[in-house]
Amino acid sequence: MAKTVKFEIKRQAGPDSPAVWENFELEWRQGMNVISAMMEIAANPVTADGKPTTPITYDSNCLEEICGSCAMRINGKARMACSALVDNLEQPIKVEPLSKFPLVRDLQVDRSVLFENLMRVKAWVPVDGTYDLGSGPRVFPQQQEANYPLSNCISCTCCMEVCPQFNEATGFVGAATIAQVKLFNNHPTGKVFKEERLRALAGDGGIQECGYAQNCVEACPKQIPLTNAISDVGRDVVVQKIKDFLRG
Amino acid sequence: MAAPRIIVVGGGLAGLAAVIKIAEAGGNVDLFSIVPVKRSHSVCAQGGINAAKNLKGEGDTTDKHFDDTIYGGDFLANQTPVKAMCEAAPGIIDLLDRMGVPFNRTPEGLLDFRRFGGTLYHRTAFAGATTGQQLLYALDEQVRRYEVDGHVHKYEGWEFLSSILDSKGVCRGIVAMNLRTMEVRAFQAEAVILATGGNGAIFGKSTNSVVCTGSAQSAVFQQGAYYANGEFIQVHPTSIPGEDKLRLMSESARGEGGRVWVPRTPGDKRPWKQIPESERFYFLEEWYPKYGNLVPRDVATRAIHKVVYENGLGIDGQPMVYLDLTHIDRETLNRKLEGILEIYEKFVGDDPREVPMKIFPGMHYTMGGLWVDNNQMTNIPGLFACGECEYQYHGANRLGANSLVSCIFGGFTAGPIALKYAKSLGAAEGDGGAAAEVARQTEMNQQLLKNEGKENPFRLWRELGVTMTEHATVIRYNKGLKQADEKIVELLDRFQNVSLADRTQWANTSFAFTRQLYNMLELSRVIVQGALLRDESRGAHYKPDFPDRNDEKFLKTTKASFTGAAEGPRFEFEDVDTQFIKPRPRRYDAAK
Repeated sequence: MAKTVKFEIKRQAGPDSPAVWENFELEWRQGMNVISAMMEIAANPVTADGKPTTPITYDSNCLEEICGSCAMRINGKARMACSALVDNLEQPIKVEPLSKFPLVRDLQVDRSVLFENLMRVKAWVPVDGTYDLGSGPRVFPQQQEANYPLSNCISCTCCMEVCPQFNEATGFVGAATIAQVKLFNNHPTGKVFKEERLRALAGDGGIQECGYAQNCVEACPKQIPLTNAISDVGRDVVVQKIKDFLRG
Repeated sequence: MAAPRIIVVGGGLAGLAAVIKIAEAGGNVDLFSIVPVKRSHSVCAQGGINAAKNLKGEGDTTDKHFDDTIYGGDFLANQTPVKAMCEAAPGIIDLLDRMGVPFNRTPEGLLDFRRFGGTLYHRTAFAGATTGQQLLYALDEQVRRYEVDGHVHKYEGWEFLSSILDSKGVCRGIVAMNLRTMEVRAFQAEAVILATGGNGAIFGKSTNSVVCTGSAQSAVFQQGAYYANGEFIQVHPTSIPGEDKLRLMSESARGEGGRVWVPRTPGDKRPWKQIPESERFYFLEEWYPKYGNLVPRDVATRAIHKVVYENGLGIDGQPMVYLDLTHIDRETLNRKLEGILEIYEKFVGDDPREVPMKIFPGMHYTMGGLWVDNNQMTNIPGLFACGECEYQYHGANRLGANSLVSCIFGGFTAGPIALKYAKSLGAAEGDGGAAAEVARQTEMNQQLLKNEGKENPFRLWRELGVTMTEHATVIRYNKGLKQADEKIVELLDRFQNVSLADRTQWANTSFAFTRQLYNMLELSRVIVQGALLRDESRGAHYKPDFPDRNDEKFLKTTKASFTGAAEGPRFEFEDVDTQFIKPRPRRYDAAK
């Protein structure tokens, strides 16, 4: 057999099924990534010891690290499977689902909590309507350059997966949502909800749960300045709390 | 009367644009999407969005945008809707700006614009190199707002299977499948809008996302909807071939001096560095001495195709050619091209400053799609379509940065018209055909689960992709197109023997894929046979045996309809609306 690549993939038929590891040995190909390996398994669903199996269930879409779908744990690290090149990985390549989210099947998990969090913090600009109301507010390039990185968040949830505080006990909202609060509070129109957003991040599960482990900023595939966002929003939340206290 | 219920299928730019308009007008929307809508394929668009805002003192006008679009599309687009789109575009940019899209700015804080292909004006607004992502997020955020208000209910993780048609052939809803529980269920509505994107998966690998299979379009085509201009497929000259997909490599690499070449000797196995200059074939420079590597996109794409498939000179016998930047100093590369070089580095693992990139034209976009009238309605009453899944705005070739504006304009048009239609619709008789359609879809699922053949759906799909890419993309010969159609017929036949390795009914992605595959096969015949019939060359459709545009015979919209017969779809041709701009020869070697 030609040069091969070895994989160990964690399989689980459903949320209540036992987890099993399956080994695969695939023909090495130039430019192979973890996604193409799983496509290969789908076309030939047989384990390394020749046992027929099923294609692997996983989320994926754009395969360009911009849709945020294919986050999983590869050799223990939360990352996007599309940009995980086989040649850069130690073998056997261990692939597991994200561990902090409800498992659906195999490598697929339910990350809808992030979208629910974005609703809670009103992560939008409240425009008056979609009619032609003329141009938007002036935004200087410096401000655009500050906001653009925050707007690159692909909702992959890697930052939440690696956060020691993101768990059921704390109910922590996670870095991605906090960064979106900063983004919308910075917008000339979006800031009309600034106080509401800050209040949504006060209290249990809010920004105070952050333990400054700084894992989030290292795991982010888009290099979003997450820890800066947490410090800035954290300060604003404290100021808001004081204002609310003084107002009685 | 209660507010009517509208179903929107697809949560990319077009679908979300429609949802926002309906919700704003007080309608209720059920929004269906295979993936969470924020992960839709619109995120992949990079360059920007066109609108003649004329903020650079160049005298740009919406009329010029209109003319560029019609000319770029080789006069095949109906002019009335294109004109309306170009006129609406500046207002759309303003709206997106108000919604918070982080567009790049001028020092004064105004929107910045850049040049793009097929125009002489700075007409493209952009947000870094991720404009599609930023626009999708802006609309996603607005939809989330309406979700909180209760006007929008999202069904993410549901796949459209078919439309529900009543006894009069009027669309009364959809049948969809839950991709976790695999439940097949009817959803009733007074109007349905499809915004289901492109069909790149028919070509195996493309620049499209995984969900862009064209399955939904094919399903309604098989239920009686016309499919128009299916043969017009845009192939981008420089994409990065990957094991899993093709990723786009911007034209700016050649703009900064990148050279395209292959080894002169077929099957030359030497590493690139060991191949001396004299044994490298810089085919674009040799064949087009005047423009060299900067020939227009369609010319470059055709040349690369020829060197690989006709001359057999692809690198390592593979469909790949070198795009070489290694002769340019690192500092210049980093200053001018860093962004795209990083993409290549990340996904290929090679540094393009040190090693030539391996690129190949990649299927990128379908100009064709569901036939719609000027109200975005298909020939099935109550079934609307907008975005890449319909045919209306790009003619025979789409200009860069026009896709985003056509998606949003199409959605903004379809939404209010669908709502108005829904309000005037009489009640359905009985269940409007819902139970019968659920039964039909369930039967198809049961059949698939029962099958005991030995065909693997993913391998059939690969064969389809290879055939379609070889015969129905860049260069088309009638002989090859006939072979492709025969191959598709063979694959349809072998599909009857498809056997699923996984027959469970929980998050069974290969089962859902196999349903899509059947629809891809049916739709691929529309593309291939449409190309076969069109004996001319126009825009992206190029036949060396018929190298000229033939307006007398083919200034027509191709309309395919499903027959279920062995010979495939039935075709008819419809006149193109050319009331504003008289067709003239299209050539980019001189000012128009």
